[in-house]
Amino acid sequence: MSGYPHRHLLGIENLQPSEIVAVLDTAEGLREILDRPLKKVPALRGKTVVNLFYEPSTRTRASFEVAEKVLSADSLSIAAAASSVQKGETLLDTAKNLEAMNPDMIVLRHSAAGAAHFLARHCRAAIVNAGDGAHEHPTQALLDALTLRQRKGRLEGLRVAIVGDLLHSRVARSNVWLLSKMGAKVVLCAPPTLVPPGIDALAPVTHRIDEAVEGADAVMMLRIQRERMTGAFYPSDREYHVRFGLTEARVKRAKKDVLILHPGPMNRGVEIASEVADGPYSVILDQVTNGVAVRMAVLLLLLGAGGES
Amino acid sequence: MAGSAKGAPSAAPPGFRVRRELMDAERLSRALARIAHQIVERRRDAEGLVLVGVRTRGVPLARRLAVLVAEAGAPPPPVGALDITLYRDDLTTVAPQPVLRRTEIPGSIDGRTVVLVDDVLYTGRTIRAALDEIIDFGRPARIKLAVLVDRGHRELPICPDYVGQTITTTRDESVQVLVQEDDGADRVLLLEKAPEARPRRPVKKKRGRRA
Repeated sequence: MSGYPHRHLLGIENLQPSEIVAVLDTAEGLREILDRPLKKVPALRGKTVVNLFYEPSTRTRASFEVAEKVLSADSLSIAAAASSVQKGETLLDTAKNLEAMNPDMIVLRHSAAGAAHFLARHCRAAIVNAGDGAHEHPTQALLDALTLRQRKGRLEGLRVAIVGDLLHSRVARSNVWLLSKMGAKVVLCAPPTLVPPGIDALAPVTHRIDEAVEGADAVMMLRIQRERMTGAFYPSDREYHVRFGLTEARVKRAKKDVLILHPGPMNRGVEIASEVADGPYSVILDQVTNGVAVRMAVLLLLLGAGGES
Repeated sequence: MAGSAKGAPSAAPPGFRVRRELMDAERLSRALARIAHQIVERRRDAEGLVLVGVRTRGVPLARRLAVLVAEAGAPPPPVGALDITLYRDDLTTVAPQPVLRRTEIPGSIDGRTVVLVDDVLYTGRTIRAALDEIIDFGRPARIKLAVLVDRGHRELPICPDYVGQTITTTRDESVQVLVQEDDGADRVLLLEKAPEARPRRPVKKKRGRRA
């Protein structure tokens, strides 16, 4: 395939805008397969993909698995919680052993930033980063971009607010990179305790959600990642909701045709009110469908012809 | 009569140059009209007809055939588009492919006559892929093949039912179909490999081995 000259997908940070467009265009062409009576094409017959997940995941893992099956790749999924990782095997040993079975691709989700880059240095297989710590989650940013582009017809010039737990969010980082590369205007919003140092170099940061949402074409809500929190970052869920939750009243400050995105899983009543999550401007379920299309595109571009640099 | 100097979109792909023009706009439209009439004459094909163009140049040709079929008195057939990239037998081995485009099949094809439309028939491998893809969408009563140019060199047992023009070519030649919709003009060109050193066009020697 043309337009994506890399062997791996490790992050958005080092992609060119034209490469991002190539993934989105390919995903657009592939999405139709999901509506066919026979949802399968022979494109990746005989290719093997290992989904190696060191952290819990519903959407990302399911959507990689669906994408692999639709494209006829053979896939196996390994959840660290039920594997030899529990017996103390290191990431490299696990990966090397899996690689001895000759997979063409490893899809990795890991709690350590840089884990996918590490595997890419040590493995022959193509590596796809399905989330590494608080660093990057490139396929999420790509599916968010696809959703925005479908609804708005463009990315350039869109005003996008990203609101919530920026400190622990790999989704935020990948999205800031992608959206800025594509010419969108990003505003970040979080309580001061949940802003990682240095992120204001990527996009302006505000601590007032009303200000962030004002005139926005799209609002991306981030999940409060309780499982990663080691201290008290905010007094209570209730107070967080009052100060930083996306409510219907706040949505009214955005443009009339605003889109509300959330990467899931949602904490209803904390970062997002239920009426908003289920409201007419919510494209949260579109994101899920587009997630399969984007992952199909990534598989095809990396495993089809021309995927090697 | 190399028509490359007309300023019209005849830009040959890199590594090729125009050898001669096989069809101009008029001959191209006459060829399509003839195919449309032949389809309508075979009543079995004209009833329940679906025209499916193979991307990219097959799609505008299928759309024009649909208009011509309707003008020739048959019910206007629905038109679909097929991107066969995912069914190619060389998908994972051959150099960069064009960006994948959407396949669009208009409604059910069960029990209908599907006429695949492509610009050039060569090895037959594209049509093999198209047949596999079509069959994943349903069970047509029959599938037929219409091509604007048949240039020979089949590598599979595939034979067209409707042909605009049959020509003899060598393997290092190429046939390029240009259409108004995509290229701004209707033309069919026979291309040949350009000599290695590009600026040396006048040094071309006559070689007997070209057909």
